[in-house]
Amino acid sequence: MKSSEIRALFSVVSRPEVVSLAGGMPAVTALPLDAVGSMIGDLVSGMGAQTLQYGSGQGDPRLRERICDVMALEGITDASPSEVVVTVGSQQGLDLVTRVFIDPGDVILAEAPSYVGALGVFQAAQAEVRHLEMDDDGLIPEALEEALKASRAAGERVKFLYTVPNFHNPAGVTLSEPRREAIVALAEKYDLLIIEDNPYGLLGFDHEPIRALRARNDERVIYLGSFSKTFSPGLRVGWVLAPLAVREKLVLATEAQVLCPPSLTQYAVARYLDTQPWREQIKIFTELYRERRDATLESLTALMPPGTTWTKPDGGFYVWLKLPHGLDAKLMQPRAVAAHVAYVPGIGFYADGQGREYMRLSYCFPEPDRIREGVRRLARVIEAELELHATFDAVDTGTFRLPRPTATDAPPIIGPANSDQTGDHA
Amino acid sequence: MNDSAGAAAAAPAAATDTGARAEHPLRALVLAGGLTFEREVSLSSGGQVMEALHRSRVDAELLDADSELLPGLAAHPADAVFIALHGATGEDGALRAVLDLAGVPYVGSPAAACRLAWDKPAAKSVVRGAGVTTPDWVALPHSTFRELGAGAVLDLIVARLGLPLMVKPASGGSALGAQKISRVEGLPAAMVSAFAYGDTVLVERFVEGVELALSVVDLGQGPEALPAVEIAPESGVFDYTSRYTPGLTEYHTPARVSGAVAARAAEVALAAHRALGLADLSRTDAIVSADGDVHFLEVNVSPGLTETSMFPMALEAAGYELGDVLVRLLARRAAAGSDR
Repeated sequence: MKSSEIRALFSVVSRPEVVSLAGGMPAVTALPLDAVGSMIGDLVSGMGAQTLQYGSGQGDPRLRERICDVMALEGITDASPSEVVVTVGSQQGLDLVTRVFIDPGDVILAEAPSYVGALGVFQAAQAEVRHLEMDDDGLIPEALEEALKASRAAGERVKFLYTVPNFHNPAGVTLSEPRREAIVALAEKYDLLIIEDNPYGLLGFDHEPIRALRARNDERVIYLGSFSKTFSPGLRVGWVLAPLAVREKLVLATEAQVLCPPSLTQYAVARYLDTQPWREQIKIFTELYRERRDATLESLTALMPPGTTWTKPDGGFYVWLKLPHGLDAKLMQPRAVAAHVAYVPGIGFYADGQGREYMRLSYCFPEPDRIREGVRRLARVIEAELELHATFDAVDTGTFRLPRPTATDAPPIIGPANSDQTGDHA
Repeated sequence: MNDSAGAAAAAPAAATDTGARAEHPLRALVLAGGLTFEREVSLSSGGQVMEALHRSRVDAELLDADSELLPGLAAHPADAVFIALHGATGEDGALRAVLDLAGVPYVGSPAAACRLAWDKPAAKSVVRGAGVTTPDWVALPHSTFRELGAGAVLDLIVARLGLPLMVKPASGGSALGAQKISRVEGLPAAMVSAFAYGDTVLVERFVEGVELALSVVDLGQGPEALPAVEIAPESGVFDYTSRYTPGLTEYHTPARVSGAVAARAAEVALAAHRALGLADLSRTDAIVSADGDVHFLEVNVSPGLTETSMFPMALEAAGYELGDVLVRLLARRAAAGSDR
């Protein structure tokens, strides 16, 4: 199935009849919309001369100061606003970093699986992505060291490690404290640059944020941050924190791309951080996501057929589900669409065609009851697919006879007409 | 083509009622979207239809086939409905049966004929009965393979039909779930893929040849075969991507076939249209084998009307304008009312 077919299947996902466990859309309606609305109205009516005007390519200085306050929550206490570049979402930050560092053919190390939006950027830059194994504690340092050794032996240039250490998209796991130390030590040992992409770090359910990789090393780590999950993805405000020499190149690159990030949304974020109880709002978000995570995990446990396994995130948006042996999440998708449930097939989260047996489930957007209904539908889809595989997997085509010629006037061979019931056949 | 027919028909009230009601412009409802895999294609078809109708100054509204549809129809009655839905509901006759119940006139084939055409094996059997060649086939539900043993059944299929084979869902369009199988090793996986789209799979002998799209339109003088559109996908396979990505497939209208083959293709399209009881418009997909025979593959009661679709190409080649044809079809149904 090609990407255009996937898009076709996804065209029904926006319909209310379908439970979408596919999109990673933050629950923005949990924001105090009236307060945000009047705040943005004031920014235009009272400060239009600034908020509707071009701004600095590096981003509004006031916002960059507040970004440093936000990063301090994850242990980054030495960042200077001069090292911050405001970007159009952290996605643009990732694109800038990739443009600055990557030449065609360069090697990028990334987790297996990895964020699909990053893989798209890396592919556009013609980089070669090597995936590194993860487990419930995130990226495995030994796998990183092995890959570094292998690349060095092969004379390849590893330009950087791209990692999402907190509540990984799509895997849902978090890099443990000891592994953070080990990975930063490996970066020193092998002269490795790390791109730390951290949009979900403040969305933990059970514990305070773990200190960022950047908090442990300010020379080898470029940090990408975002307000998409803590405030609003529609404002498209993210940032890059990078050493000054790199920052200079990033500013030149962003000026070439967008001249400057949008002034109005930067002012909106700065004003929001200045005047609204944003830490409390993050708590509201995490409580909401925790409830949805619980609904997801409880119904998965109750309903999934044996052989299905999944990660148990303690923050963020995603569960990474592994199907019973032999099933292919992408090939199963038409059945799921017919059953009115949607997910993202795992194959998109790999640069090398792995991941057919995986899918990403997002619990951030649907209400708990809808999540339970979606998981119920998904379980039926998987069961139906298991039955199908039970029928066809054991077929040994090696024992087939050769085709024998038939008379051209052979009577038609007709199966049962009208036996195909359309609609939900899961 | 006869322009006066379209102009006169654009005011249906005047044609049937000279006194009680004031003359009003044709009011059409276009249905597009739906909850099938072909939603995206349908929305694209619906968009083209809306544009064409607006160019023809028809008062047209676009609605999805959801719970808003029947209340919407009741609140704002349309003179006639155009169904640009692809896939189930729109093409399997179900929605048309509901429109019949509601007494709303619609363009296209009646519900029962759609049900027959939607079921590809049933349609092949009827069309073969009308003297048209169609590749040998077998259509079986999953339960048959499960109960009799998939290996034994597939072995029989290969022994009887040979290779290569086409494996496809027994219903549904846009080539979704369809695969050509040249080596027997790929057959079980192709079955699994096709069964993801529906409970019955059609396996037919693959016929090598030139692929043709044969459109039929009936503007009141009986079904008329339009020039055949020849399909030459760059990849060699006319799959979903080749269908809807501009530039990936070359189309030749009229098809680069002999006069005799073109004539036979027109006969095949008309025979299928008539044998299945279709009305107003249809598109038959066919293959011309090396010996010049035209093989019926399947028929579409709601042909795609997107920018890369074959039905509009055929209309254009025949000198028709899409908007004008739509207006004439709608006006005729509006004038006839719900009585089919």
